[in-house]
Amino acid sequence: MSKKILLEKASIPGIKTYEVYRQNGGYASVEKALKSMTPDEVVEEVKTSGLRGRGGAGFPTGMKWSFIDKKSGKPRHLVCNADESEPGTFKDRFLMEYIPHLLIEGMITSSYALEANLSYIYIRGEYMWVYKILERAIKEAYAAGWLGKNILGTGYNLDLYVHCGGGAYICGEETALIESLEGKRGNPRIKPPFPAVSGLWANPTVVNNVESIAAVPWIVNNMGAEYAKIGIGRSTGTKLISASGHIKNPGVYEIELGLSVDEFMNSDEYLGGMIDDRPLKAFVPGGSSVPVLPANLIYKTANGEDRLMSYESLSDGGFATGSMLGSGGFIVYNDTACIVRNTWNFSRFYHHESCGQCSPCREGTGWLEKVLHRIENGHGREEDIDLLWSIQSKIEGNTICPLGDAAAWPVAAAIRHFRDEFEYHVRFPEKIKNRDHFVNEPFEKVRHLVGKQTV
Amino acid sequence: MKVTIDGQTIEVEPGTTILQAARMIGGESVPPTMCYYSKLKGSGGKCRACLVEVSKGSDANPTPMPKLMASCVTGVMDGMEVNSIKSDRVTEARKSVTEFLLINHPLDCPVCDQAGECDLQNLSFKHGKSQTRYIEEKRTFEPEDIGPNIQLHMNRCILCYRCVMVADQLTDNRVHGVMDRGDHSNISTCISKAIDNEFSGNMIDVCPVGALTDKTFRFKSRVWFNKPFNAHRNCDKCCGKTTVWMFGNEIQRVTGRKDEFHEVEEFICNECRFDHKNVEDWVIEGPRKFEKDSVINQNNYTRKLDTVVIETESGILKGREQDRRKISMSAVPLTKEEEQEFKEGNI
Repeated sequence: MSKKILLEKASIPGIKTYEVYRQNGGYASVEKALKSMTPDEVVEEVKTSGLRGRGGAGFPTGMKWSFIDKKSGKPRHLVCNADESEPGTFKDRFLMEYIPHLLIEGMITSSYALEANLSYIYIRGEYMWVYKILERAIKEAYAAGWLGKNILGTGYNLDLYVHCGGGAYICGEETALIESLEGKRGNPRIKPPFPAVSGLWANPTVVNNVESIAAVPWIVNNMGAEYAKIGIGRSTGTKLISASGHIKNPGVYEIELGLSVDEFMNSDEYLGGMIDDRPLKAFVPGGSSVPVLPANLIYKTANGEDRLMSYESLSDGGFATGSMLGSGGFIVYNDTACIVRNTWNFSRFYHHESCGQCSPCREGTGWLEKVLHRIENGHGREEDIDLLWSIQSKIEGNTICPLGDAAAWPVAAAIRHFRDEFEYHVRFPEKIKNRDHFVNEPFEKVRHLVGKQTV
Repeated sequence: MKVTIDGQTIEVEPGTTILQAARMIGGESVPPTMCYYSKLKGSGGKCRACLVEVSKGSDANPTPMPKLMASCVTGVMDGMEVNSIKSDRVTEARKSVTEFLLINHPLDCPVCDQAGECDLQNLSFKHGKSQTRYIEEKRTFEPEDIGPNIQLHMNRCILCYRCVMVADQLTDNRVHGVMDRGDHSNISTCISKAIDNEFSGNMIDVCPVGALTDKTFRFKSRVWFNKPFNAHRNCDKCCGKTTVWMFGNEIQRVTGRKDEFHEVEEFICNECRFDHKNVEDWVIEGPRKFEKDSVINQNNYTRKLDTVVIETESGILKGREQDRRKISMSAVPLTKEEEQEFKEGNI
């Protein structure tokens, strides 16, 4: 069994309630931080721990905290990003649903580190029942004196609110989240200024993922250096992985970073291998935004090393032969899955979720979706594949926020690694009309057809 | 602060954006702007037409910026070096933005009142292609009536947000805004309300395309058949300084005075814009200058106009000499009619 940090106590019955959580050592980090540490010491510990943002980009959390403008004298805010909407990712929901007090404890400790007196948890609208769980937990924390005025008699005040979003993926982008929290339309802001200087109500703000914040209590309790020992290289600590797809045991797993993909996929402790005897075809390691990888690049990197579950190893080889750890939405496909259909499905999602502010993303995501829909339904043209490539390259990097990149990457990776499947769709429209076209006739059986065709 | 744009160095105040610096230099290096409007606070950054390449961040930190930057919202740093039209990456990005803006645009310029003074037209003349790669059905919206003076054509809109900012910053009680999201986001009033505000007409002036046009001028004339004159009147609501667009002795349209970047110098009120179409209402100052390359210049009668001659091949109807021979069964002579036909062509 590998080290558990976040889900260590998740299976204790009644851990959702304050009493049980407190009896099991809960809120110790708040006591420790408020009574024996200065805010800067807490920031320093998080820095030492090497904790990286768990929301997708993997930016070091301690570094982010140290950027916050403490000199201006403006009030500071900590906002927890619980707008988890990435297709394939459901780790934060699990964490908040089963141990809500861990997040609240993390929020108090982190707010103390940032000297913030007003903090928010921004949760997506679809998580209404989790919202209620958090509300109840916050009430309990207020009643027990962990929130409110003069916490533990130290003179530190903190108010914590849960804010329910309206169900928009774009509000998971930190500046759009801030806009939404201010009551405006959830459009990402143009950076700079960064939220650390001018965020919520033009005050310095830090936006962190649920999982990053939930890791802070352990770091404060056990010191950052201890946390840095877990994991591998610059990927320290543990990570929640939400696994789905054609695997035996889908669900949320806490793994130590540096575990090999092979072990994660095939050991009974984790995913337990494929769901049936159909072979592995592809996987997406970090939620729908990151590039998909074909079977031959899953267990080994391009230069023959074992692929590990870590920020570095998964992105080994850049986008040509690698991917990203992203938010840890681990999606596995066997050979019944159609990559074109899957890519279309992702594109449809980004088309629907684009905020419509900047032109490349607003128009490009819709275009990608329409072309992919055509190919998937047997109306594709040979030039459509190059057209898709061209559209995605024109979106990538030219948009205000990373949603444009997120829409472009899966399409690029699908064409890069599965171009012949696109060609098959274009050249044999009769064969792919059935929605389950790869169930009886997996692509490996018909691959030779694509090769013979001359155009 | 020193900034170099396409090899031309200029000294600017701190806080200037790259775009403003480029406009000070002028010429080819000025990036096109579809959403930025210097008179509207917070505008810019959205259309991505003004992307430039920063090849040197500053003297203090000379590393180039990896991504193309929106020049209208990126402040200059001392010693910054910027490539605008000089860089292939930039022109490529502008081409793609143009393409993206045009795929869902109806391209109904022949019936659009904005044609001739449309920023999107200018952008596509400069950076667009005559072919399209978009074969899907274009996105359309239901027509919506937003009042007696302003015509909204949502299909033409490029979502620059300028009109929303005008309503926010110039008038009180904004009643319109952006609804929905993605490529279905649209400018709309909340529950079909008429936009009725003393300064709402400025939405027409700031609109870079024909999405918001003047109902009192609708289908009256092409803009290049009108002659612009500077005019003013005493107005207690606004500055009263306008451009009147005349056809003969008739004032067909009144707009704000627009500078070379198509931005109005001063916003005008609706009364000046819509209600005063008599020459007696105005003190006409004189002809308004316009750009040499503007389509409005097509109507310039001061220059010599030559008759258009279309050069065709001389024997285009007769056919070539070598083709006017009997090639099959040359032994059999032609009839008289046939001989005539070969000689003069089958006209």
